[in-house]
Amino acid sequence: MTDDEFTVYEGLAADDEDHRWAFGTGFTDPLEGVDTSVPDGVDSVALAAYCLMLGDDALVYSHRLQQWITRMPELEEETALANIALDLLGQARMLLARAGRAEGAGRGEDQLAFFRDENEFRNVRLAETVDGDFAELTGRLLIFSAWRLALFGQLTGSADPVLAAIAAKGVKELSYHREYAAEWVIRLGDGTALSHAKMQAALEVIWPAVDELFRADAVTAMLPGVAADPAMLRGEVDEVLRTVLAAAGLDRPDRPPMAAVAGKAGRDGVHTEAFGYLLAELQSVARAHPAATW
Amino acid sequence: MTAIRTVLAAARDVAARVPDPELPMVTLADLGILRDVTAEDGQLVVTITPTYSGCPAIAEIAHDLKHRLRQAGFDAVTVRTALAPAWTSDWITPAGRQKLAAAGIAPPHPAPVADRQGPVPLVLGATRRRPPVPCPRCGSPGTTQTAAFSATACKALYRCDACREPFEYIKDI
Repeated sequence: MTDDEFTVYEGLAADDEDHRWAFGTGFTDPLEGVDTSVPDGVDSVALAAYCLMLGDDALVYSHRLQQWITRMPELEEETALANIALDLLGQARMLLARAGRAEGAGRGEDQLAFFRDENEFRNVRLAETVDGDFAELTGRLLIFSAWRLALFGQLTGSADPVLAAIAAKGVKELSYHREYAAEWVIRLGDGTALSHAKMQAALEVIWPAVDELFRADAVTAMLPGVAADPAMLRGEVDEVLRTVLAAAGLDRPDRPPMAAVAGKAGRDGVHTEAFGYLLAELQSVARAHPAATW
Repeated sequence: MTAIRTVLAAARDVAARVPDPELPMVTLADLGILRDVTAEDGQLVVTITPTYSGCPAIAEIAHDLKHRLRQAGFDAVTVRTALAPAWTSDWITPAGRQKLAAAGIAPPHPAPVADRQGPVPLVLGATRRRPPVPCPRCGSPGTTQTAAFSATACKALYRCDACREPFEYIKDI
């Protein structure tokens, strides 16, 4: 065989250690070959919990975005959303793998994604909420990506080199997501009377979940120099939202924050009713066939 | 030492010529995905880096590398992932850019300079204001972005205003 005849499918037919059954299957560890030893002085239990928080945000929100696929107004928006969801899923895989290694109990990304119950998930509630319409989708994507970009921007200087590397990669992706969402919010806000009204109404619906993004949590407090203080992200996110809302002719909503339950919210494993349905869809196949590989 | 160096050079040559599974007109070396080929304890260690966090081709690339190297006589091969520094489209080689353009995919502009000292500035309307992407088919500078994303994470969709043909552009990141 010459180089020119080589195809990516050739490996499938070869009799070697390749266990793929089709192109695109055969997942490998996203941190294969990466030095995942926990730096001296860093609490590995807290680091695992922190990576789980950030990984869950991306996993859960990616799933919500995937639920939009086939329901978008144009093919171009389908590919945009699929790509954004894929970037977030990639971030989730690395973060869950990092959490599993730091925890040291032998749990991998699949174990963490598919075999934890609702109260073990640590994502913010903004990520799990169903979008009522396209305006809510773009508004939530703007807020989520502006917040996560601010967070990852801080984490590029993390004392954990793995977290810093995941963040540095994510910053490039999230900047692009934020830009995409901002353009849609402006297009809808500065569009027709109907699109403006729907965009404003969408922000009113989303707004109560924003405050939770900046809530202090016990895990972050245990990781000085490694984790980013959520309260420190507020200025950057507020400035981005102020700029976009001004360009879109939209008002910043004045809504009280979504209530915590006995002082607990998403980071404590307390979620909204809709989250159980999301997890059922995400986990049911893996739980029905617990020994399956793909 | 010289013998090891010769063997490593041969292995590097094989690894460098492995085509990318999604963009088979360019090789892993052309794309800047192949970071290093070294020897460790009798093992050949090939280091690659993903373009995007969720790039589904990374598993295929690892398989293809092992398969190609095994065919060339290297039995003990380990493929490692390097996350830092993060991949940038600036790593695509001049040869890679030429091959992409010849296949109708516009190569990327230089990536925006990352300012690690502060927040990433929000630039509204940036996707429309970026420097023009010349049409890879007819060379016309008058093109329009039709979508910020495309069939893979690393590309955006454009249309030429002159020849009216759609084409893809490798996003500059």
